[in-house]
Amino acid sequence: MAQAAKKKDIPRQLMPEQAPEDRVNNFEEVPYGFTPALAMLEASRCIRCKKPKCVPACPVNVDIPAFVALIQEGKFLEAARQIKQDNALPAVCGRVCPQEEQCEGSCAIGVKHEPVAIGRLERFAADYERHHAAVTLPELPPKTGKRVAVVGGGPAGLTVAGDLMRKGHYVTVFEALQEPGGVLMYGIPEFRLPKEIVRAEVDYLRQLGVEFVLDYVVGRNSTIRELLDDEGYHAVFVGTGAGLPSFMEMPGENLIGVYSANEYLTRANLMKAYLFPEYDTPPIRRQRVAVIGGGNVAMDSARTALRLGGEVTIVYRRAREQMPARTEEVHHAEQEGVKFSLLTNPTRVLGDARHRVTGMECIQMELGEPDESGRRRPVPKQGSEFVMEVDTVIVAIGNKPNPLVPRTTPELQVTKWGTVVTEPQTMQTSIPGVFAGGDIVSGAATVILAMGQGRIAARAMDAYLRGEDVAQPH
Amino acid sequence: MFEIIKKHEVAPNVHEIIIRAPAIAKKARPGQFVIMMVDEKSERVPYTLADWDRAAGTVTLVVQEMGQSSRKLVMLRTGDHVAHLVGPLGVPLEIDHFGTVALAAGCYGIGAILGIARAMKAAGNRVISIVEADSQYLHYFRAELEAASDELIQTTIDGSNGVKGHSVDIVKRKLESGESIDRVIAVGCLFVMMLAGKVTKPYGVKTFVALNPIMLDGTGMCGACRVNVGGQTLFACVDGPFFDAHAVDWGELRDRRVAYSNEEIDAVASTAPVEHRGSRSCMA
Repeated sequence: MAQAAKKKDIPRQLMPEQAPEDRVNNFEEVPYGFTPALAMLEASRCIRCKKPKCVPACPVNVDIPAFVALIQEGKFLEAARQIKQDNALPAVCGRVCPQEEQCEGSCAIGVKHEPVAIGRLERFAADYERHHAAVTLPELPPKTGKRVAVVGGGPAGLTVAGDLMRKGHYVTVFEALQEPGGVLMYGIPEFRLPKEIVRAEVDYLRQLGVEFVLDYVVGRNSTIRELLDDEGYHAVFVGTGAGLPSFMEMPGENLIGVYSANEYLTRANLMKAYLFPEYDTPPIRRQRVAVIGGGNVAMDSARTALRLGGEVTIVYRRAREQMPARTEEVHHAEQEGVKFSLLTNPTRVLGDARHRVTGMECIQMELGEPDESGRRRPVPKQGSEFVMEVDTVIVAIGNKPNPLVPRTTPELQVTKWGTVVTEPQTMQTSIPGVFAGGDIVSGAATVILAMGQGRIAARAMDAYLRGEDVAQPH
Repeated sequence: MFEIIKKHEVAPNVHEIIIRAPAIAKKARPGQFVIMMVDEKSERVPYTLADWDRAAGTVTLVVQEMGQSSRKLVMLRTGDHVAHLVGPLGVPLEIDHFGTVALAAGCYGIGAILGIARAMKAAGNRVISIVEADSQYLHYFRAELEAASDELIQTTIDGSNGVKGHSVDIVKRKLESGESIDRVIAVGCLFVMMLAGKVTKPYGVKTFVALNPIMLDGTGMCGACRVNVGGQTLFACVDGPFFDAHAVDWGELRDRRVAYSNEEIDAVASTAPVEHRGSRSCMA
């Protein structure tokens, strides 16, 4: 009892971070991460539940109590290796997972106190291993001789690649862009997920033996059928993501100065436009920016626009509590000076004679009855139209699945939303030997859910490649 | 890395660049394009596939120096490498037996219609290639286009070679004289393509133009290349690059193209000057 009482008295440890007034002027990562002492102190708050609820709440079932215990003992490298048994990208997940809805949301300590900072500890262990150049490769089983094509080098594909390599198969990842990583490279900004970390995780997979083919568009250079029939692959994983930006479909949306969040963020992140002119891609640098949407992508766009020197307002049609963005992201955005125009719906973009944006007409909303999602439906307030003076509008209202693979694979079954139909237990598609996971299956979700589906698919693909029952993987 | 097998200047500031890219050559079809990054810091820039050789595993691009990225590219030589090349992208141009097909082209488009001319001829069409340049010394690919077409007409704005005037003037004259043309394909600067649509509309001749607005990924992800065609927003990269010239909103397209020009000028000014012979851009 004395032990438990003591644990209760230790508060959840905060990560030291850059001051908001400093960080709005740079693209460096916001939190610095735990020091070893802070990590050990935080780890000591875990009460080692006999039946931990955090593990099943993790989409890839990391053995959380085990790695936290290792951190508490100061065995940081062992902790990192423990995590990597279940999670191919711990430095990424420690930064971008919605832990409050998953592991930390189920933490027993969290019932009465603040939950153990599992995400921060995961990040600490992975960073420690990388900074100490102590990344070691697991022993690989003998080769099975089977070859797997992974289409798309995002979180789902990278997970499948790592898992199947460790099962003794040959894996080739086909990536359309110039660098693997998918949304980790083009979508999530440097200040939230440094690209050096994504590169290190990809390098680890390369060292494991994963082959990466860049600048290769499956659906154009080869079809899924050709990969299987002509190019010697025994199984295919489709992880092509939800890359097609949705627009509001309101008047004025094609004016100069209206961008999809995808374009805005891809310029800044993948193409490094913020380092222009050292890099050739020019950034979109404007004075008054409106970002439409309330998710993490909207927060990322807003915070990027701030760093490029703009005055930024988030325009969201529901109330703050209903924002799908992580609380921490909203908090960071607010600290840095992003303004919020809530219960506001854009109706029209206004422009000048040269088709350049001069403003955005909006209408105020109020919350009505709950809709199918259980959230109170926003309804327009009559006569409350107003014009927001802006020179740039960034549309961050979501993405649709990439149609390239479905369009060129007629026998692949898709839903009316364009997502690929799979068996949830195996992620197997309507084509034998073809599996899918991530946003191409779930629409637009999170990095870790994509990784979770990748994990399930890898298990089933391994069974398929060994000629075992896919539905009952060992 | 993609090796430049051959590069030479076919006209002042017009470079034919042949690159080893077997995965692209294998699938290339007329009207498609590639996206290139010259080095790891370059922009992603679309270039029309002028020609390809499946057996040799090579693709041919015709490039004019117009900004920072094309400038980096034309400074490379045979044997050098470009960092990234992805394609073939876009929907291939519809190739069928239409009857008489007129191809109107200027600037880089003269190269870009070569593959189209060959395919249209192979499909049994009578192919008339009409190529324009400011002056005689800016014409190129004469022998190649002659071999690929039933009729080749060269025009110059200054009248120094062939017929004086724009390529579309020839299309217009032919239509006015009652010559039957079943389809027109125009590739070049926006001005030439817009004119092509204007000229053929009264005659109801189906006319397709290659729209190449700003693109980032080329696979439908960024939405930067949206064009208004027939009142509908389409993506040039995945729905195009060829669109019905009679349905395109030309004013909007022109504005979108120049959207980044000021930033681009900054980039050119910030790098060391380089000497090159002749320079002319067809950008209207």
